[in-house]
Amino acid sequence: MILVIAEQREGKLNRASWETIAAAQTMGGDIVVLVAGASPTGPAADLAAARVKEIVTVEHAALEPYTPDAFVAGLQNAITQLSPTYILLPHTYQTRDFAPKLAARMDRSLITDVTLVKIGSSEPVFVRPMFQGKLTADVVPVGEAPHFITFQIGAFGVDAVAKGSAAAPVRALSVPVDASAIREKPEAPFQQAKQAVDLSQAERIVSVGRGIKEQANIQVAERLAEAIGAEIAASRPICDAGWLPMERQVGSSGQTVAPKLYLALGISGAIQHLVGMKGAGTIVAINKDPDAPIFEVADYGIVGDLFEVVPAIIEAVKAS
Amino acid sequence: MKIAVCIKQVPTREWQPRLDDSRTWIREADAGFEMNEPDAYALEEALRLKEKHGGEVVVCSAGPARVAQVIREALARGADRAIHVEDDALASADAFVTAGALSAAMRDDGFDLTLTGLQSDDQGFAQVGVILAEQLGLPHATIIMEVQAAGSGVRVKRELEGGWFQWVTMPLPAVLTIQSGINQLRYATLKGIMAAKRKEIRKASMSATASCRQKIVALYTPEKSKKTQILGGSPAEAARELVRKLRDEARVL
Repeated sequence: MILVIAEQREGKLNRASWETIAAAQTMGGDIVVLVAGASPTGPAADLAAARVKEIVTVEHAALEPYTPDAFVAGLQNAITQLSPTYILLPHTYQTRDFAPKLAARMDRSLITDVTLVKIGSSEPVFVRPMFQGKLTADVVPVGEAPHFITFQIGAFGVDAVAKGSAAAPVRALSVPVDASAIREKPEAPFQQAKQAVDLSQAERIVSVGRGIKEQANIQVAERLAEAIGAEIAASRPICDAGWLPMERQVGSSGQTVAPKLYLALGISGAIQHLVGMKGAGTIVAINKDPDAPIFEVADYGIVGDLFEVVPAIIEAVKAS
Repeated sequence: MKIAVCIKQVPTREWQPRLDDSRTWIREADAGFEMNEPDAYALEEALRLKEKHGGEVVVCSAGPARVAQVIREALARGADRAIHVEDDALASADAFVTAGALSAAMRDDGFDLTLTGLQSDDQGFAQVGVILAEQLGLPHATIIMEVQAAGSGVRVKRELEGGWFQWVTMPLPAVLTIQSGINQLRYATLKGIMAAKRKEIRKASMSATASCRQKIVALYTPEKSKKTQILGGSPAEAARELVRKLRDEARVL
């Protein structure tokens, strides 16, 4: 049996949970979806639409707000009761926070950031990026089941989830969690600054990466953005350096965007950036490294010096 | 505060991957190596905490002999001493083996705080720091953007997705994984480089108990998910062709 651990916060299901169900459905066999929290019945009812064997709720006040100690204790107990062969999770920041501790406590394998499952005649093989996406690895778990697998956000489509003809049954699982044993004391989540720009609504985006070399060069990209009516954005290192405000960051730690046109200037295309922009309609990559992973998702590519290419594009736009 | 920083040595950003004969690992002889970037931010954070609160910064690394290069660099930037778990098998080890090697070597030191990068730029597990916390029986927090001393514990700013954050308080000792961009990195000074030569690097051997929990069966260049049209010619020619295609083919201009 495959156990999918869905993610919810305050009754709101994380969309990536559906992607994980889609991944589980490609593996075949019985699927059970677990959702944990202070009040997980709402998300459980939503999840019951999927074609799965059953939905299991783990309801306990100590599970919200999220802490790794409560999650590791609660999920270890639930997993022992359910005894799955595989445990599938979305590779969210929350999963990254507790899954390694849970796997280590149970001394079981954990394969992270998986993009594809290869099903052959023998055991499944899990495909994941390595070396910042420059290489891909086929990986198998070692040791006894259950094996923990986390799936890269966006690797499986929410639309790919097969729905059942009737709602899947929902069952409550009784799991003890000792609230006094929780060492981490979380405060309420907050947003750093009011998001002045909503990049998710932009039709065109010009985005800059490390290849821009210095802050003064950002104006090269800004001139292009102005010429084609685009918003300016950046990969994480640019915002880390303070060359553009954090609110202009695209990627797993910033905004997720889906413009009609995304122009990536000097962006190598690390996974953390790609998950934020690969939903764009048309992707253009300009990079001096022909092997940069950004070219794997680009529709059009120019291999060259962006400081020569970008002014030429501005000229070509103005000329036409 | 007695602070440990776990750093990894990874191939440089400019490195062009080539596979070894097994086709399950890279040809290391062709690669240049450098300090894993998130670990560099963890080191910087540790140095800043020491400057503010006093104590000691000990850099810990698990890897083959070549990792001495990044250990020296960390000492030159200001770490006080180092622990190097040296074994050739650590070059391609999984997160359980790496964390096991580190925790065994670090256990007796009784560090108040252990910092490491949120993930490495080579295998990218995002697991070692958290497994290390479990092996040492400690609380942890991941993807940290600020660290404050809070009485006998720490209050840390944890990054959530989509521009959200959360403060979390926990007792010491604890393990934190640090996000890139938490601070501005310093570079080693000539004085630091000279001083590093006299600093202690304790060599430890890998404990035989750590067993791997995953295996790479094949390593290869990614298959392209899209058919990319590469536009050639001079910059002016490529630019004109791009604008034409964006207008007439993709219809996005």
